[in-house]
Amino acid sequence: MADDIILKIENLKQYFPVNKKGPDGKPLFVKAVDDVSLEVKRGEVIGLVGESGSGKSTIAYSVIGMYRPTSGKILFEGQDLNAEKKRTLQMKKDMQIVFQDPGSSMNPHQTIREILELPLKVHKMCKTKEEMKQKVKELLEMVELPENYMYKTPGAIGGGERQMVAIARALACEPKFLILDEPTSALDVSIQAKIINMLLRIQKERNLTYLFITHDLSLMRNIATRVAILYLGKIDEIAPAEEFFYRPEHPYTQMLISSIPVVSEEEEALKPSKIESKGEIPSPVNIPPGCSFHLRCPYIMDICRKEDPIMQPLDDHHSVRCHLCEKKNSNE
Amino acid sequence: MAKNREKELKKALAIEAKRPEKRPELDESSSKIENLKKAWYKFSRNKLSVVGLIIVILVILSAIFASFITPYPEHAAAYTDFANALKAPCAQFLLGTDNMGRDILTRIIFSFRGALYMSVLVLAIAVPIGSILGMIAGYMKGTIVDTVIMRVTDIFLSVPAMLLALSVASILEPNLKNSMIAVTIMWWPWYCRIVYGTATSCRQENFVIGADLMGASKMHIIFKEIFPNCLSSILTKMALDVGWVILIGATLSYVGLGEQPPTPSLGQMVSDGSRYMPDAWWMTIFPALAIVIIILGFNFMGDGIGDMLSKGDGKND
Repeated sequence: MADDIILKIENLKQYFPVNKKGPDGKPLFVKAVDDVSLEVKRGEVIGLVGESGSGKSTIAYSVIGMYRPTSGKILFEGQDLNAEKKRTLQMKKDMQIVFQDPGSSMNPHQTIREILELPLKVHKMCKTKEEMKQKVKELLEMVELPENYMYKTPGAIGGGERQMVAIARALACEPKFLILDEPTSALDVSIQAKIINMLLRIQKERNLTYLFITHDLSLMRNIATRVAILYLGKIDEIAPAEEFFYRPEHPYTQMLISSIPVVSEEEEALKPSKIESKGEIPSPVNIPPGCSFHLRCPYIMDICRKEDPIMQPLDDHHSVRCHLCEKKNSNE
Repeated sequence: MAKNREKELKKALAIEAKRPEKRPELDESSSKIENLKKAWYKFSRNKLSVVGLIIVILVILSAIFASFITPYPEHAAAYTDFANALKAPCAQFLLGTDNMGRDILTRIIFSFRGALYMSVLVLAIAVPIGSILGMIAGYMKGTIVDTVIMRVTDIFLSVPAMLLALSVASILEPNLKNSMIAVTIMWWPWYCRIVYGTATSCRQENFVIGADLMGASKMHIIFKEIFPNCLSSILTKMALDVGWVILIGATLSYVGLGEQPPTPSLGQMVSDGSRYMPDAWWMTIFPALAIVIIILGFNFMGDGIGDMLSKGDGKND
């Protein structure tokens, strides 16, 4: 079952028009996601990392169906999700999302019970009212909340508890694939740990596949099996989590990992040599020619200014998109 | 010393017992009661809204039981008693009598009926139409549906309500029903606009997007997700509007296009009385005062309802 691919993203492009015209008179676009291909195997936790504005959430929203892709395909279990104009109920059932902000993802005028009953009603998972109530209780139990919470409104419970309810709601219709869009970044650290542990437990119990989005690299190290790093809407490097942190190839990855703050010297020794982070992520409207990272890259070469590198597999699992790595390979 | 300590201990224990985790577990019915209590607390924090509520209740009750509580129920119809015409307020006629010798107090209380009847009917028709159209337009923002609904709304809003009501009432037979039709036609676009605003901000909230991704139907999203969030502005505006509809009704009957005599109406009474000013001041002042009190009552109550529903019940921030 190793090659059982649940989600396949092929050359996904997601452009958003901006109401401006470029110097050549053509309309400008925000290239939020620019030619991303990704394969997700069943049962893995794939992490997407990147700076703000790098297109992490846009990929998630395209996959879940909030936007129609500008071009490219998204295949879920071999089925093209955007073949028809509207997704079927079954497609929606198999894939769920947990949003970043638990405050706005729940209707403040409904009780937790109504919130949790919605997926059950929509997908007709319960026949009687009693069954429905029982199911809501089970869901609350799964996320370790007391069952009398079902009569409360989202405003009456804490942020962490709200996020747990959001997770329970996402899991209510028994999806196969869960997108977690920075589920813990709005919460404090102690609750983060609790939620992450719970998510990992549920993932094992139900054999779920997670697409985990975060900008917290230390968190990623703990939960992801594979990590993809995004820069300006393009994937720069995909690697298994171990390799990603101990043998990063792309200068951008090295830069990010070397900038994780550490406490002890032993930890410092484990990190790649320090690369100073400089510059800001450029605007996705005006992507520089050549490699999008060349403005900030410490190893910049002439070719980087002209040619955009393409994804090169280093081995079976590890792929990098950098001219430098191409060179290394050919030298060997 | 020891006694003091004991007291302190008792106090501490009492506080301890009230801590959130020590509170009794809520079940379904008691949590509903709890929510009602919270709502009442929010409503009653502003004393004026309680005053408003009392006025509204009194007005409604007196309108319902008008024939039992008024001293001269027969004065509400065509009735003449010239012996007692234009009497100043006295023990027999608390608020005086009009030029036909009819008791002003009786006629004021009876005129509440027409006023309330009109506002309830106008709102019962205008509010659902306006809010449903507003929610649909707001949720489908950017589509042709939105454009059509909102442009029609704009057209209606651009005509002064009073003017249209006057013209409709003068084209059709001048009576309560026709002036109500006119007012209703003018009233729904306001609700459409208000609800549209709330609905457009709601549709970008994650809970609406989430419900859509979950596979919920449009009906569910509009009525279960968006509607509760519009409810506070709808109810607040409704309570405020009762006063306004009454005022418009009074204005229409002041110019003779509303309720027709002999049925009493506040506007008509003010208008009739103005001919006897300033000698028979009670004929104008008391009905006018009644209009002011009703409108104030509904407005205060509307503020209270707004406070009560503003941030969703139970939300503490």
